[in-house]
Amino acid sequence: MTKGALQKIVEEELKNIAPETSPADIGSDEDVREALDIDSMGFLTFITALHRRLNVDVPEKDYAKLFTKRGAVEYLSRKRAKPS
Amino acid sequence: MGEFRMPSLGSDMEKGTLVEWLKKPGDTVRPGDVVAVIETEKGAIEIEAFEAGTFERSLVDIGQTVPVGTPIAVINGGVRPSAPIAAPAAAVPRQAASAPPMAPRIAGPVEGLKVSPAARKLAAERGIDVTQIRGSGPDGSIVFTDVESYAPGVKPTAQAPIPSAPSKEKRATPPDMGMRSIIAAATARSKREIPHYYLSHEVDITRALKWLAKTNTRRTPDERLLPAVLLLKALARALRKHPGFNGFYEENAFRLSDRIHIGVAIAIRGGGLVAPAIHDTDKLSLDDLMERLRDLVTRVRQGRFRSSEISDPTITLTSLGERGVDTVIPVIYPPQVAILGAGTPRKQPMIADGKVRVRDVITLSLAGDHRASDGHSGALFLVAWANLLQHPEEL
Repeated sequence: MTKGALQKIVEEELKNIAPETSPADIGSDEDVREALDIDSMGFLTFITALHRRLNVDVPEKDYAKLFTKRGAVEYLSRKRAKPS
Repeated sequence: MGEFRMPSLGSDMEKGTLVEWLKKPGDTVRPGDVVAVIETEKGAIEIEAFEAGTFERSLVDIGQTVPVGTPIAVINGGVRPSAPIAAPAAAVPRQAASAPPMAPRIAGPVEGLKVSPAARKLAAERGIDVTQIRGSGPDGSIVFTDVESYAPGVKPTAQAPIPSAPSKEKRATPPDMGMRSIIAAATARSKREIPHYYLSHEVDITRALKWLAKTNTRRTPDERLLPAVLLLKALARALRKHPGFNGFYEENAFRLSDRIHIGVAIAIRGGGLVAPAIHDTDKLSLDDLMERLRDLVTRVRQGRFRSSEISDPTITLTSLGERGVDTVIPVIYPPQVAILGAGTPRKQPMIADGKVRVRDVITLSLAGDHRASDGHSGALFLVAWANLLQHPEEL
């Protein structure tokens, strides 16, 4: 899967959590929690959705790596290329 | 034969619009079953039955708006609605005055456009483009009746709410009262009537967070716990030892509740909040509590929750999660007599075992009603909550 496709999935799942926002319009390095007003339950829902959709299990210690869209795409790309 | 009536879920609720029947003639109704969905000036509410029976017939059509207390269905078996009924023209019942703010219309799929779930559903069914409708709800949100009355090509002439039939009684609130007005009314009443006192306590939760991290390491994301469930369960356990904070102050007297239904303050996307109950919080395992919390947050943010969740909280917890603020000084929801707060967990130096160490710290707070308790008992309660958090494995 390309990084572009991963970014689309990330943005779709963020949109599911914050339906009134436009995740595609926020900067790649912005903290999605701040930009989209996502709380801890919302972020866990995001992580759960990524696990279900991409079969990538993000441990809690790695959550911070997914706070930005760029970070999330890079992380997911790495994990999918080399499953742990 | 029993009449199922339009319930009152707030002192400011005078009427409701029937949005959907979830039972049809001949259906069995069990306690807790959702019988109908109504839309009020504050959001869509699922109305439950508390007793068993058989749904005989509806008395109100979908889209019809009727006053609180109006029979809306006949259910054989003596089913009554989940919230106390205000008979037409009768005084507002207790729970009505106590109901905390409810969910506002939630945003629809169109950017910047607020559309209630019921309105969105009806628009989809009728193939109506909601961007063509002018909303009469709070902040211009589009509600069920807006969609129902919409005729293509005919634009509403004013932004003002659709006029309702003149009432013989003076209205306490305008018909388009929105979330902010409701919060203002509830909190103003609280601050006017309740002599609050406030306490706060810094608590080392390093051990609790380590236990949580270790527990979650073994779990997939959908099974993980959030710190909020530890706070909830520890609070529920503390209430067992300090029941004087669990109940209602009514008619100049405090009445204990023998069940613990903690209301959880949930922020609504786009503004406002709602504090529905997690019933029997003290009896739930951490896993069950997490499941209930997840379900509640999801439904609240979809604009769908149940009447009993609104009317039943015996105490409330507001947790700021990870929003970066240390302390919350909350306002009690009358007729509850206490509300607890939890700030954002943070790392800070603390003296432990005679040495300065970096610890995970959270500030817990209590707003209590001086008519029901005092600072001394409040302090004991707050410390009991904190102590229970030191032993997460026992929760």
